[in-house]
Amino acid sequence: MSKFNFPESIRSRPTYGTLEARAGKSHLFVADAEGAEAIIDLAKTDDSLMAKSHVIYIPKDTGEKYTSQLEKLGINQLYVGPSFAAAQARLQRTLERAHMGLQLYLTGTEGLMGQAQRDAMTAGIPHTAIQTEHRGSIGRRMQCVHCKGITEDVKIDPFVCSHCGLNLFVRDHYSRRLAAFQAVCIDAEDPGNVPPSVELYS
Amino acid sequence: MSGVEKINVKVSAIVPLNELVTRFEFKRTDGALFPTFSGGAHTVVEMIDDGLTRLNPYSLMSDPMDQGTYAISVRRDDEGRGGSLFMHNNVKVGDDMVLSNPVNLFSLDLRAKKHLMIAGGIGITPFMAQIKQLDRAHGNWELHYATRNAALGSYVDELTATHPNDVNVYYDDDKNFIDLENLLDGQQLGTHIYVCGPKGMINWVRGKTAELGWPLEAVHYEEFLAPQPGKPFEVKLSISNKVITVGENESLLEAIEREGVDAPYLCRGGACGQCETAVIGYDGKFIHRDHWLEDDEKASGKKIMPCVSRFEGKTLVLDR
Repeated sequence: MSKFNFPESIRSRPTYGTLEARAGKSHLFVADAEGAEAIIDLAKTDDSLMAKSHVIYIPKDTGEKYTSQLEKLGINQLYVGPSFAAAQARLQRTLERAHMGLQLYLTGTEGLMGQAQRDAMTAGIPHTAIQTEHRGSIGRRMQCVHCKGITEDVKIDPFVCSHCGLNLFVRDHYSRRLAAFQAVCIDAEDPGNVPPSVELYS
Repeated sequence: MSGVEKINVKVSAIVPLNELVTRFEFKRTDGALFPTFSGGAHTVVEMIDDGLTRLNPYSLMSDPMDQGTYAISVRRDDEGRGGSLFMHNNVKVGDDMVLSNPVNLFSLDLRAKKHLMIAGGIGITPFMAQIKQLDRAHGNWELHYATRNAALGSYVDELTATHPNDVNVYYDDDKNFIDLENLLDGQQLGTHIYVCGPKGMINWVRGKTAELGWPLEAVHYEEFLAPQPGKPFEVKLSISNKVITVGENESLLEAIEREGVDAPYLCRGGACGQCETAVIGYDGKFIHRDHWLEDDEKASGKKIMPCVSRFEGKTLVLDR
């Protein structure tokens, strides 16, 4: 099952919906891993959508599982790449040349959606006008507020900063500008007193 | 008192622009500087017309950074309730008047990559200030201005002389209309559209942008809503325990104020939501004219915007 219901949290924490086809001449999708399922589901609701769409897809650890299914959807332009970083130049170039009326659909992990949203906001799309649907891993993109380093796909709390080695507490406080949740040192007052890590939402 | 802070001014110049539109310029009576404002802001002008006080909003169309003078341009409306006729016929250079501090309900979204402005007739006024603001910031903008003909095209000469490449003028009498669909098609991502003019024009732009997939956040509009005259009606104000009659040519809000009841307001044009008033009971029919309440709220009979809306029927009791 690729869907997960996030519990209610603070206002800063992003929330996600379900993709729906919208009016417009051109449609851009950015997806990773199980996000492909959301595209496949959406394609079933609108026969003409995929022929007007550009899909940027990063399979992550799903291998070929979804790529072959996406290829059968009749997508106008399908790009499959190894990482968001590898796809980012394509995304930015596409946004730079895009016109008003472009519909943007983001689906997959929070880190992927957040980073694509950041590029879209920079290109002038209001963040509230971007559709998102979470699918797959609940791993988060975390920024260490101390060293500013980013750790991707964090699934446990607390975790060790992959840059400075501090023990960090996973918070719901989110930054759209950084496309990351904020993590703060959990044992600053009493170094070494770190509770055992637990899986997020376990 | 409700509303924003007031400024005492003297009329410093009256400049007729054409058969229908006249510009009024004001200087502060105390010699101090006006506050700067942001393009799209309006001021509420107090008019004391034969015992009746009218407070009408007009877009400020002077340079937002000019703290010496405020200017508005008023189109004479012979069918209206008389606010614009009062300005045209009764106001003289040197008169003392009262303006409100500027309030902006039609501001530029400065995150936009480009500002696409659509003006119809007297709807040009907020854009006059916005263009000055954007020029100072080297902003990217383009104006499409539809008006009846050259004789009634307020500020056409000034705009086309200073910005020949950014200003596009369309005269209805020449059967020259804005080709909206082609204009919207191909606008760069991050363009925001602003429309000010008659209701039909606003609905046309809102409809077409929605059809083409423009996000609502990028579509801004301001309609000049003046309270319309209507049949007199009686209202009970339950908190102040008064029964008042709203005259044919005054708004419900003006009638409440005339009776000395301090009611909140800001735009007086049905847009800002400040004057929203709860209805305690009624027997009759509401004439909702505002842009604030949602359709289901209008249908519920529980709320009214007294700045522009009226009532026809036996009884109306308001929580005021």
